[in-house]
Amino acid sequence: MKYAYYPGCSMECNAAAYELSTQAVAKSLDFELVELEDWNCCGATEYFSQDELTASAVVARNLALVAPEMDQLVAPCAACYCNLAKVDKMMGEDAEMNGKINTALKAGGLAYEAGRVKIRYLLDVIYRDFGEEGVKAKMQQSLEGLRIAPYYGCQAVRPIKREDDTEYPMQMDELFSWLGAEVVDFPVKAHCCGGHMTQISEPQAFEMIRRILQSAVDYKADMILCMCPMCQLNLDGYQSRVSSYADKEFNMPIIYFTQMLGLAFGLNPKDLGFGKELVPALPTIEAKLK
Amino acid sequence: MSVQHVAEGISPFLKELIEDTPKGERIMHCLQCGSCGGSCPNSADMDHTPRKLFAMIMANQRNEVLAANTQWCCVSCYLCTTRCPQEIPITDLMYALKRMAIAEGKSGGTNAPALAKTFTDLVDRYGRSYELGIAGLYHLLNRPVAMAKMGPMGLSMFAKGRMAILPTKIDKIDQLQAIINKARELSK
Ligand code: SF4
Ligand code: SF4
Repeated sequence: MKYAYYPGCSMECNAAAYELSTQAVAKSLDFELVELEDWNCCGATEYFSQDELTASAVVARNLALVAPEMDQLVAPCAACYCNLAKVDKMMGEDAEMNGKINTALKAGGLAYEAGRVKIRYLLDVIYRDFGEEGVKAKMQQSLEGLRIAPYYGCQAVRPIKREDDTEYPMQMDELFSWLGAEVVDFPVKAHCCGGHMTQISEPQAFEMIRRILQSAVDYKADMILCMCPMCQLNLDGYQSRVSSYADKEFNMPIIYFTQMLGLAFGLNPKDLGFGKELVPALPTIEAKLK
Repeated sequence: MSVQHVAEGISPFLKELIEDTPKGERIMHCLQCGSCGGSCPNSADMDHTPRKLFAMIMANQRNEVLAANTQWCCVSCYLCTTRCPQEIPITDLMYALKRMAIAEGKSGGTNAPALAKTFTDLVDRYGRSYELGIAGLYHLLNRPVAMAKMGPMGLSMFAKGRMAILPTKIDKIDQLQAIINKARELSK
């Protein structure tokens, strides 16, 4: 299996653990992620607050870069996925915007026909294209003994309704149940991590992060699995600051779902980027895994 | 319903907003049910909930709306949008309000417009973005005090190799800039 791959800016540095584990898991499952040549930033939320058409054209350049023989584009980051999928959908529905975006693309010698590429997020690819059978066939190590909180965040499951529920998605829940983990019924699984609010208003951002961490504590989860670099950064990178803010010592490991998947596939933690998280995950995993 | 269809007899501000938002005309169907504000993780910090803001837009309260912090409290989580019984693209309307506020130099007392500008400039120059979530450049430029406060976290991120000084530059930056320039021209 081959998919065009849009890593997104975070994967280069902040989310290197997601990139490493994504590639390792792809190898185990025997699929290939062909990186778009010379891709550019998806614009996050900020570019869309400045100029809608330009932001959309910036996003569309990536869609235009998908090689003609490829028809599926995979994005691991929820924000990138959201922007790519939204712009593709908007181009299909709004002829005027479509025309303008293509005029802009043409200035760079490019073109994109709306709907040509199916944009997908990584979890959905693993869940649907490989399924229970495909995933279990690669399992070397059961995850029995671990209680995990599956955290989807917002922009992969919303606003575009695809294969999972927009408020109570289940793909990650099921994936890790197949592998023997105990998956908690996490009520805040599709709540927002706050995105870039940490840069605008810390009290607001820290409160959003606190609610998610506290819920994982309340549900006695050993750790939170996430699927977006922004979520991981907020929940892990800011955790010590949120502890001070909330006057409560949180010690909740936050790792990417692909890292846990890699462990179940018997891969070496080093090759999965373990150790890059600020709240160490391996001690908990070693203590709990049967 | 087309834009022309609703253009007669409505508040000029509402018309302006509809023109700047994909599917913005759906706002005409707002029931004032409040489901948006009730769903929003940040409504408690907003000057006006989205529901109230929409009523103010209908009443043509342009200045009050653009000066509010409501749009800047929006983190684009899309919960209101997927819940709205009238399929109003609330998040996209918030984006449009952000753009209109920026155009008038209004920030609702936040630094969000400055953040958006820093980010956009980086993308225009490099084609890739800096790790804005970890602050760094933006804070150095705009909020040195906050940068100093986040010191320890920034340092740990550095130590873990998770923080870069500058974004990488794409090869065909000229191509991207040609696209951007054309788009800017068309959006005027
Ligand atoms: S949820 Fe939709 S219909 Fe209800 S008040 Fe908000 S925008 Fe209006
Ligand atoms: S998209 Fe914005 S306004 Fe809507 S619920 Fe989320 S934060 Fe609130």
